[in-house]
Amino acid sequence: MAYFILKRLVQSVFVMLAVAFLAFSLFRFVGDPVSQMTGVETSIEDQERLREDLGLNDPFVVQFARFTGDLVRGDFGFSYRTRQPVAEMIADRIPATLELGVVALLISLIVGIPAGVYTALRPRGALTQTILLTTLVGVSIPTFVIGILLIFLFGVQLGWFPTFGRGGTVQIGGWESSLFTLDGWRAILLPAVTLGVYQLTLTMRLVRAEMMEVLRSDYIRFATARGVPYRSLYYRHALSNTMIPVITIIGLQFGGVIAFSIVTESVFQWPGMGLLFLESIRFVDIPVMGVYLVVIAFFFVLVNLIVDLLYVAIDPRLRIRDLA
Amino acid sequence: MWAFIKRSEPLWLFVHSPAAIIAAILALTIICGAAFAPWIALNNPYDLASFSLMDGLLPPVWQEGGRAPFWLGTDDQGRDMISSILYGARLSLMIGLAAMAIATVLGVGLGLAAGYIGGRFDAVVMRIADVQLALPAILTALLIDGIARGVLPTDVQQEFRVVVLTLAIALSLWVNFARTARASTFVEMNKDYVQAAMIQGQHPLRVMFIHILPNILGPLLVIMTVDLASAILLEATLSFLGIGLPADSPSLGTLIRIGMQFLLSGEWWILWVPSIFLVLLVVSINILGDFLRDVFNPRLR
Amino acid sequence: MLAVEDLTVAFPSRFGIFRAIEDITLAIAPGEIHGLVGESGAGKSTIGAAIIGLLQPPGHVERGAMRLGETDLRALTPNQAHEIRGKRISMIFQDPQTSLNPLMTIEDQLIETILAHEDITADAARDRAVGILEEIGIRDARTRIRAYPHQFSGGMRQRVVIALAICTNPELVIADEPTTALDVAVQSQVLDLIRRLADDRGIGFLLITHDIGVIARITDRVTVLRAGAVMETGETAAVLGRPAHDYTRALMAAVPPLDRRVERFLVPGDSARGGAASETAARWLLDGDAGPPLGLSVEEVSVQFAGPRTSFLKKPDVFQALDRVSFAVAPGKVTGLVGESGSGKSTIAKVIAGLVRPVSGRLALGGEPLPEGRARPRRHPSRRLIQMIFQDPFSSLNARHRIGDILAEPLWLYGLEPRAEKRRALAAAMLDLVGMEPDAIDKYPHQFSGGQRQRIAVARALLARPRFLICDEPTSALDVSIQAQVLNLLKDLQARFGLSMLFITHNLAVVRQMADDLVVMRQGRIVDGGETERLFRDPASDYTRELIELTPVARF
Repeated sequence: MAYFILKRLVQSVFVMLAVAFLAFSLFRFVGDPVSQMTGVETSIEDQERLREDLGLNDPFVVQFARFTGDLVRGDFGFSYRTRQPVAEMIADRIPATLELGVVALLISLIVGIPAGVYTALRPRGALTQTILLTTLVGVSIPTFVIGILLIFLFGVQLGWFPTFGRGGTVQIGGWESSLFTLDGWRAILLPAVTLGVYQLTLTMRLVRAEMMEVLRSDYIRFATARGVPYRSLYYRHALSNTMIPVITIIGLQFGGVIAFSIVTESVFQWPGMGLLFLESIRFVDIPVMGVYLVVIAFFFVLVNLIVDLLYVAIDPRLRIRDLA
Repeated sequence: MWAFIKRSEPLWLFVHSPAAIIAAILALTIICGAAFAPWIALNNPYDLASFSLMDGLLPPVWQEGGRAPFWLGTDDQGRDMISSILYGARLSLMIGLAAMAIATVLGVGLGLAAGYIGGRFDAVVMRIADVQLALPAILTALLIDGIARGVLPTDVQQEFRVVVLTLAIALSLWVNFARTARASTFVEMNKDYVQAAMIQGQHPLRVMFIHILPNILGPLLVIMTVDLASAILLEATLSFLGIGLPADSPSLGTLIRIGMQFLLSGEWWILWVPSIFLVLLVVSINILGDFLRDVFNPRLR
Repeated sequence: MLAVEDLTVAFPSRFGIFRAIEDITLAIAPGEIHGLVGESGAGKSTIGAAIIGLLQPPGHVERGAMRLGETDLRALTPNQAHEIRGKRISMIFQDPQTSLNPLMTIEDQLIETILAHEDITADAARDRAVGILEEIGIRDARTRIRAYPHQFSGGMRQRVVIALAICTNPELVIADEPTTALDVAVQSQVLDLIRRLADDRGIGFLLITHDIGVIARITDRVTVLRAGAVMETGETAAVLGRPAHDYTRALMAAVPPLDRRVERFLVPGDSARGGAASETAARWLLDGDAGPPLGLSVEEVSVQFAGPRTSFLKKPDVFQALDRVSFAVAPGKVTGLVGESGSGKSTIAKVIAGLVRPVSGRLALGGEPLPEGRARPRRHPSRRLIQMIFQDPFSSLNARHRIGDILAEPLWLYGLEPRAEKRRALAAAMLDLVGMEPDAIDKYPHQFSGGQRQRIAVARALLARPRFLICDEPTSALDVSIQAQVLNLLKDLQARFGLSMLFITHNLAVVRQMADDLVVMRQGRIVDGGETERLFRDPASDYTRELIELTPVARF
């Protein structure tokens, strides 16, 4: 077990290093950092001195090591566009994106898992066929069209929800949250649904497929032959075995949530990291782009490590060594 | 003919699945319409001379003020919506198909080799796939696009827009193919026909491509279909974000982005007609993918 | 107790209605073990599923009656049927590895089953569960009950499965191939346990199996099935000892005897067929540079596999798959290799075939040293001289290639025949030689039965013009009558073309019919070896003696 966790940790570190390398290459090779930082009036000598100060003349490996060290210490450099520290810019935006992502993920799980279980237990029912067709349409509508549709219906036509921004926020420590005011909840609902719909359909289809697979397994057939009550058969025996592969994929899906939050944030003008990233791409603001990458990868790796721990908690085969 | 269909499992299931038949007809119609757009479209949205401002902002024919031959109305420049959509779908499909093809070749090649060779090579490919997974499709595509902006001079950028976009989408989709091909290859490697070929001393490339590949095509075909849909969605999304194609060569996503300006005004068709069309295209491809999945994995039926 | 009358189960499909079983009548008394024997497709499992009410849709009972005591099983509502399951009828599945929920302890699964049917406290249920585990032969049951399924070995797991099936005192237990996945020694223990439960508790068993040895060993009565219909039923000793029906007689004739060697099995459909085409193939095999038979020697071969890694600091445990194994296959003779699962017998096949590289040891074919593993070049002559026939005929032929292409491949690969039309003609002739219609050449593997595919696999091996054949359990996936045909075929070909053969199997009766010499393996080591008949009469090691004694014999 310890080995399993340790192995995952090492793999995570590898992923982080690779992403850091990507970010570093961006910084180092896409455009010239010095000409980005200086104006036209800076003399060649000044540029050269800046180059030396920044350590850009050092060997490649040394530069990468320094870059990684800075990242670990939380020193993310300065934006080309605003000249602000990138760390501050990102930190300001993290709460908005995380809250959006978590609410969306919750929506997708709370609706997706029961729907998946239902459609697996009644594979031929009329409601199942309807749900399946609806989710097929669900994965086929681009996130931004869903967003526009929701804005049009509930924002413009009915006027129930705001169509942009976070609404009322509360400052808790350094965290600006919109989850503590009614206004904030009204603001987060449309974007969270927009972001959650796609994940919901994926979750539902995955739960359904895994559950149907489990229901055909020998141990479920054996439990049926022993007359184990259907309730226990489905929700104790089958569902727990279904969740093992499902939580792995949900961990991977978290990456999708973050990525699609870029689109959602753009549609709803939600002031999160995604919007910042879009702006930085438009202005080729390399430091912000690079740090965004690293932060996203970090969250992704973190979530998947938590998933691994959950995995160990659920599956005794990982916890307890074989005696025989 | 009927006897032939009855003997073939996929064909039999196909003629008994109304959803798949409708989806196939729809997809084929759209693909043909897009392919023959220059011959059947009313005007060419790239050619200023082929449309007139006089026809601007006409609603669809069933609404007050709409008139033939602009069945689904026109935009503010006087471009026929149907024509714009056909040209847009042409571009979307071209990019989608090309991206899918590149992703298939890259992903299947790497996955097959990783499964066959195993060991270190496999570990390296899978770690690269891990990194790719940590940076999901949209992000990868945006990033590559951003890099292209930084590296390529502006005039070249415009020229290579389509190429960069296609590559960005392809690079973000290859992991699916690689993982599926690898997992399927592992399964096949344990089968005796592969062992037999290896014992006979057949060339590894022959074992991989003549023996294993035909046996893992089923699940790959499903992914190809589903990923074609993803590629089209991805292209539309990038264009919508204003990072994909410029407005002078509009794909479906660009059309929707332009239509957004009319969200609050009365000209609903400029936004919703291309949106519905895009959804119809993707839904029909996804229904076909779903059908194929059921065919190749009877347990889900 | 159980009475089944005129039971017919129908499976509607697009090709029409398929009746898996038709007009089946059988009865089981309390304490009786009733054997249900038949070849694949006979409908054995369908009967069991119909009785317990778990037919896979769209299968359904079309007509007939099933009564358990006073209860009409067909008249039950789905909920009533579910209550009867476990309480009065229970079931044991084939594979103990997959029959238990991996996420729940044995205790939870036992208690849940007991509480589902009886109104007692959880503590009382626990006491009962421990008692049953002890009865079933699990030592230290009070602590072991808290273990998860993966902590038990295969044989122990099957005991747990049986405990789960009987923990509610059912009247009837349907056992579907309960020992097929087990080794001989464990099989023997599990069969004894079933016999004891029938005697002590008066449970009636419906024992479904394809193994006539198992039937002979523990059943009181037996029903012989073929293609969904009863051929014969009665006291086991009577049915097997003096079969009245032609089919039963043919079946018994096809079962390889453990206690003697027969030269040929008398089976219908066995043809030392000889069209003109088969002569062409035979001549092709015999002339040319076929050369004299080649012997093979294996000297001091050891193979190690790395176990699963459990720590960064420690090296993974090494699993010694083969430990200094030495034996020889005499030129033109058959050497049998027997052992239970995990004994390393298949690993030897892989070493000889060049798929696995030993850590030490030497191989020689016809006196010439044979390079090991990846060191063996792709174009090494042994690649052609050594051919292999596999266990599973469903996976040994590439499903996407036509039979003609599969057969022509060795001719092309080894440069034996440059012209495509000649290759095709030769492939067709070879099909004739192995007893297949030559028009098979344009079909795909899925159009053939298991036995036919195994013949095709033999033809493919022969088309390399080999001198040495490795047969790795070539008949253990086949029905007995088909097994007899394939064994006959292999014997004929081996004798006629002077092939040396390594015949690997877990089945002692089969190996006695095939092998001139015998090697017995256990846990990667050779424990016994010598001339086959001598070894069977007078085994040198206790292990061999035990194996021979515990193998169920199909004789009366």
